[in-house]
Amino acid sequence: MPYIPHTDTNIREMLAAANVANLDDLFSSIPKELRLAKPLALPAPLSEIEATKLLCELADQNTNAARTPSFLGAGCYNHFVPAVVDHLASRSEFYTAYTPYQPETSQGALTTAFEYQTMMCQLTGMEVSNASLYDGATALAEAILMALHITNKKKVIISKTIHPEYRATVRAWLEDLDINIIELDFTNGMTSLEALEKKLNNNTACVAYQSPNFFGIIEPVDEIVKLVRKYEGTMLISVVNPMALGLLKTPGDYGVDIVVGDAQPLGNRMSFGGPHLGFMATKMAHIRKMPGRIVGETTDAKGRRGFVLTLSTREQHIRREKATSNICSNQALCAIRTAIYLSAVGKTGLKQVAELNLQKAHYAAEKLSAIPGFKLTFSGAFFNEFVIRCKKPEGINKYLLKKNIIGGLALGRFYPELKDSMLFCVTEMNTKEEIDKLAAMLD
Amino acid sequence: MNDKLIFEESSPGRSACALPALDVPAQDINKLLPPTVLRQTPADLPEVDELTLVRHYTNLSRKNFGVDSGFYPLGSCTMKYNPKVNETLCGLTGFAQLHPYQPASTVQGILRIMYELGEYLKEISGLDGVSLTPAAGAHGEFTGLKVIHQYFKKHNDKRTKVLIPDSAHGTNPASGALCGFHAVEVKSDPHGNVDIADLKAKMNNEVAALMLTIPNTLGLFDEHIAEICQIVHDGGGFIYMDGANFNSIMGITKPSMVCVDVLHFNLHKTFSTPHGCGGPGSGPIAVTAKLTPYLPVPTVSSPRWGLNQPISDGLGAIVTKDENGYSLNYDRPDSIGQIKGFFGNIAVLIRAYVYIRMMGPAGLKKASQMAVLNANYVMAQLKQHYHLQYDRHCMHECVLDATIQLKKFGVRTLDIAKRLLDYGYHPPTIYFPLIVHEALMIEPTETESKETLDEFISVMIAIAKEAETTPDVVKTAPTSTPVGRLDEVKAARELRVRYTK
Repeated sequence: MPYIPHTDTNIREMLAAANVANLDDLFSSIPKELRLAKPLALPAPLSEIEATKLLCELADQNTNAARTPSFLGAGCYNHFVPAVVDHLASRSEFYTAYTPYQPETSQGALTTAFEYQTMMCQLTGMEVSNASLYDGATALAEAILMALHITNKKKVIISKTIHPEYRATVRAWLEDLDINIIELDFTNGMTSLEALEKKLNNNTACVAYQSPNFFGIIEPVDEIVKLVRKYEGTMLISVVNPMALGLLKTPGDYGVDIVVGDAQPLGNRMSFGGPHLGFMATKMAHIRKMPGRIVGETTDAKGRRGFVLTLSTREQHIRREKATSNICSNQALCAIRTAIYLSAVGKTGLKQVAELNLQKAHYAAEKLSAIPGFKLTFSGAFFNEFVIRCKKPEGINKYLLKKNIIGGLALGRFYPELKDSMLFCVTEMNTKEEIDKLAAMLD
Repeated sequence: MNDKLIFEESSPGRSACALPALDVPAQDINKLLPPTVLRQTPADLPEVDELTLVRHYTNLSRKNFGVDSGFYPLGSCTMKYNPKVNETLCGLTGFAQLHPYQPASTVQGILRIMYELGEYLKEISGLDGVSLTPAAGAHGEFTGLKVIHQYFKKHNDKRTKVLIPDSAHGTNPASGALCGFHAVEVKSDPHGNVDIADLKAKMNNEVAALMLTIPNTLGLFDEHIAEICQIVHDGGGFIYMDGANFNSIMGITKPSMVCVDVLHFNLHKTFSTPHGCGGPGSGPIAVTAKLTPYLPVPTVSSPRWGLNQPISDGLGAIVTKDENGYSLNYDRPDSIGQIKGFFGNIAVLIRAYVYIRMMGPAGLKKASQMAVLNANYVMAQLKQHYHLQYDRHCMHECVLDATIQLKKFGVRTLDIAKRLLDYGYHPPTIYFPLIVHEALMIEPTETESKETLDEFISVMIAIAKEAETTPDVVKTAPTSTPVGRLDEVKAARELRVRYTK
């Protein structure tokens, strides 16, 4: 057991110093009948060589996107992660530290979080950002909770073009809170403005939309804003793909109240769905209602700049049941990765990556929709994902897998009305050759 | 050391990233997207070359204290050493580059890890059902309470309250509130146990659950645990166990023996994922058979291996890629539904899996024994120098306090914590639990050697002497850190939460 340093001599000396006869006596406060008489039924220990061999075998049993071209997106994206991100985030002073409760010895974590907050504000066009939440889905649930607290109203309207798993999460989180959740239908892959207009009233706490939405389409945000702003006090929540903000007008530009999403595309791997990181940004006016940790700037007695966790009175360790959220551990290391990623690609790089996504996705959409039996399901403008109508999406995916391609997402699982459609994603990781091969296989 | 922010190191035109040229025919962006949706000014991100970037974050890391930098006895946080092999293995491309929507047949390796980890957690807890999805301890609390809420809903039993001891983690009441429960505080008795009379007075048919940290945040195993569980169960309520302190009881007892109904693990504490400055963590929950139907979706199924199959020995065991392999199960009608996107913090699950496989049953038990030994050793050596409210064997952490130093010399716990920084130690958890006013909660963990503990003990004794002889030295600490004591009031009053030029 290489992780336990104690020799038998150490143990004897320490037991004596603690005035205890043997190890069992240390546990005397646990009643005898509650103590295990036999060892746990777990596999025998492996050496590092054996464990490595086993895990490599298990890893090899998975088909991964580094070896097999993949066209899956839908909330988790295969993007390029520069090597510096891995190297710097692997500095053990970052990854083996705890939450920065002692600021004098945590300036690395705090400064990086402050930089992250700044970058997320600049990306989203908002005034303040927290230092991360679990993921995009829980960030949306937290944003809705926040809007309910601020407005004191009980009706929540969310568009069905929001990621189905985000909506499921919102339903599970809010179900027991006596809230009325209404899901809006879509037309041509976009939130139905007609439906929105009908459902809005003075009791509406918030309206949530996603753009680019789950189908990859850019929503008519101007129109949504116009309708929502007719009702004073109703808050507007926008779910965004942060990568798209390299090119698209920001939620801040539209006057949105709360912006959430998943920053996985910015420097974090897919990892079979986690860990990713939720982000949230809002207006300064709402900062005290925002969940999660916030890092603020201050000075020490000598006037030196330093950073601390601030506004912690919002947090559960002080206000307990009156807290705005129960989140404690967040996704700090993922946020560090995102800060490093955004610094690496920088101002021009992010725009360039976003453009590569846009151009390649449109090239792929054109190629695929030119094949007989395949056409675009919707006509709206899109970023790096698009929906193709075809016969038997599941069958097509099986066929593609045999040809060593991971296809798109068959939508029937989430939208029975779209069982003849599949969602394709194309990023900077997909070469022209891969796209051409995909098209050739389907032709 | 350079104290600039990355924005202050930025120069227009620099970049640390080489992207490939566009390999498909370029089209006019204004034709691909309506100009009205395009961003007019690019996000004002840093513009730095790669070396500037590397030096910036390397320097920042040097202003940060991690377990690899030194002793980190932060109570209830279990800052033990996390094996490096975990990092290597969870980063394998065959895990890191998997998309959650890949067909099950293409991800049998990772599904097997998830399935087996679930089985191990069931064995370690003695409970019947498990969900790996929660992303952190508090998320696990929320999920566990949701499961309890759902149980009562399905049984048409309207219960609105959860009982929470005054020594509980702050997240407990917040998690209760998030599930629509009203939190009711239960007092501790003079020995640091739950006050039985107070519990009896507050237990009734409105109570859905008692949330109990086992062992509690005083580092103590409640001596009346059986009676407590009996009272709650007799009243029709469930026992929820906050498993943040599980590191002290692995292989010693099972929560099922204690009559726990729901428990969350903090995989990132007990099962060795580094804390990453505050996450990602992972907070799986385990529940009794009665509550299993309500667990969130998805769970991992293995029809072929079956629930009662012996756990494979791992090495060389090949999972056949057939239709009966591992799969994710969403078809669970009584489930509380989905509590986050996808399936959980997978990379943390892999680390926990590797840790359990490498430690084996004897290793896990030994880890708990040594964690408890270390805490008792530190407590025994320091109790002549710092006040000890509850003088009995502790579990993996001990709570001392600076009442003497405060009353006699005006030196507070906070001062002692800051002075420790000057000696190169991360301070213990302070002012928690709330019921010990000048609390210093020390958790040495099993990975620290006797030599390290002896040095720490001598430093704590030296600081106690300083408090007596040169109190100002303690009160003005730290002086050796990149910044001195920071003005937290100013940070909250003059909010600056983003950089502006």
